[in-house]
Amino acid sequence: MTLYFMTFILFCIGMYALVVKKNLVKKIIGLVIIENAVNLFLILVGFRFDAEAPILEEGMGKMVAFVDPLPQAMILTSIVIGLGVVALLVAIAIRIYEKYGTFDISQIRELRG
Amino acid sequence: MKEEQGMSILVKRITRMTVSLILLYGFYIALHGHLSPGGGFAGGVIFALSMIHITLAFGAEGVKEIMSKAKASFLESAGALLFLLIGVSGILSGAFFLNFLPTGYEFRFFSGGTMIFSNMAIFIKVGAGLFAVFVVLAFLGPEGHTEDNDGGEK
Amino acid sequence: MIELHIILFFMILAALIAVEMRGLLNSVIALGAVGMGLVLQFLLLRAPDLAIVQLVVEILILILLIRATVKLDRPSESTLKENWAYVLCLLLFAGVFLWFGYRALEGLPLFGAPEMNVSDYYISNAMEQTGAANIVTSILLDFRAYDTLGEVTVLFTSIVGAIAVLRKIGRKQ
Repeated sequence: MTLYFMTFILFCIGMYALVVKKNLVKKIIGLVIIENAVNLFLILVGFRFDAEAPILEEGMGKMVAFVDPLPQAMILTSIVIGLGVVALLVAIAIRIYEKYGTFDISQIRELRG
Repeated sequence: MKEEQGMSILVKRITRMTVSLILLYGFYIALHGHLSPGGGFAGGVIFALSMIHITLAFGAEGVKEIMSKAKASFLESAGALLFLLIGVSGILSGAFFLNFLPTGYEFRFFSGGTMIFSNMAIFIKVGAGLFAVFVVLAFLGPEGHTEDNDGGEK
Repeated sequence: MIELHIILFFMILAALIAVEMRGLLNSVIALGAVGMGLVLQFLLLRAPDLAIVQLVVEILILILLIRATVKLDRPSESTLKENWAYVLCLLLFAGVFLWFGYRALEGLPLFGAPEMNVSDYYISNAMEQTGAANIVTSILLDFRAYDTLGEVTVLFTSIVGAIAVLRKIGRKQ
């Protein structure tokens, strides 16, 4: 239970960076932290004590307990999607820097007039 | 006289030795995804990282002979279409994404039906796509001028 | 399971450092510490597939973010003042979120004893129906391949978007 709650705290730290910080790179960092927190929470929910990783081996009996493989498969796609999102965000941030010469949101707003 | 690109001679020598091993490991991870931890996603990212390794060590010219941006974009689209084709070809035997090949021998390399081909399609798609993004980012000058190294854009 | 708590505490510390550091490069490197902690967590939670993918993805995210910051970082940007109204709103939100999250946790099964209604079917039938030894891969590419197709589409779209945003052709000088 404490572990679940600590992932919520990690989520809140990411949300703080996303909302309060004015630097675009800090906002991207906050988004990555949120992704990590959510992925970790879902894997924690699927964990089972005294169980093996969901990979069958030769000579393994039928009654071996495995951890939940379904969240692992879904989180695997989620991690790679997160990488694509970060690539797109970095591309947009670099374009904004070239146009306005700064990563600061408030300065960009002033420059646009 | 042509300007020397990339890092020092030491980095280049070590890169020549290690890059093929990293590439081989990526192939291994992708090919054995149905038997051991790994799969197309991890193998593809390792492939992209090995290409990025070459780019950082040898500069833009060194990597252009191996894989240009146009080639990477083509491979990315080809990988995505290949994965879709595997899914569509399942329709011929009944359902979308049906595993229509025989399942093979348990715990041997030839098992899992279409999984080997799906893994390889995802491997090509992820590796080429991420490398294309890095090439576009890396050859972008700090002032917005793209140094004329990104092949195939003209 | 005390080691999970220790690593998670370390991740929270690294996240705080990443958010509050002055220089952007320092923040990016602290973010790498968060990702590597996540790799260790995945290994301890018996998810080796995820550990491999998270390791290589974290390295690539670091390379992309360092590319965005290392040439462009200016010292004048490090003296930013935050608006305190935002901070107060966010603290309120965090309090409400944590309270409701704590209440919602009472409905979840206990840690270490998940309900595996669907997964039991996958585990007992993966070998006969697909012939693959890795159950995660057999879910990813056989039982739920349609999800993977959607994921490939999302990744393709985001990469095409990044290349289109960054290209030179058709841009006014």
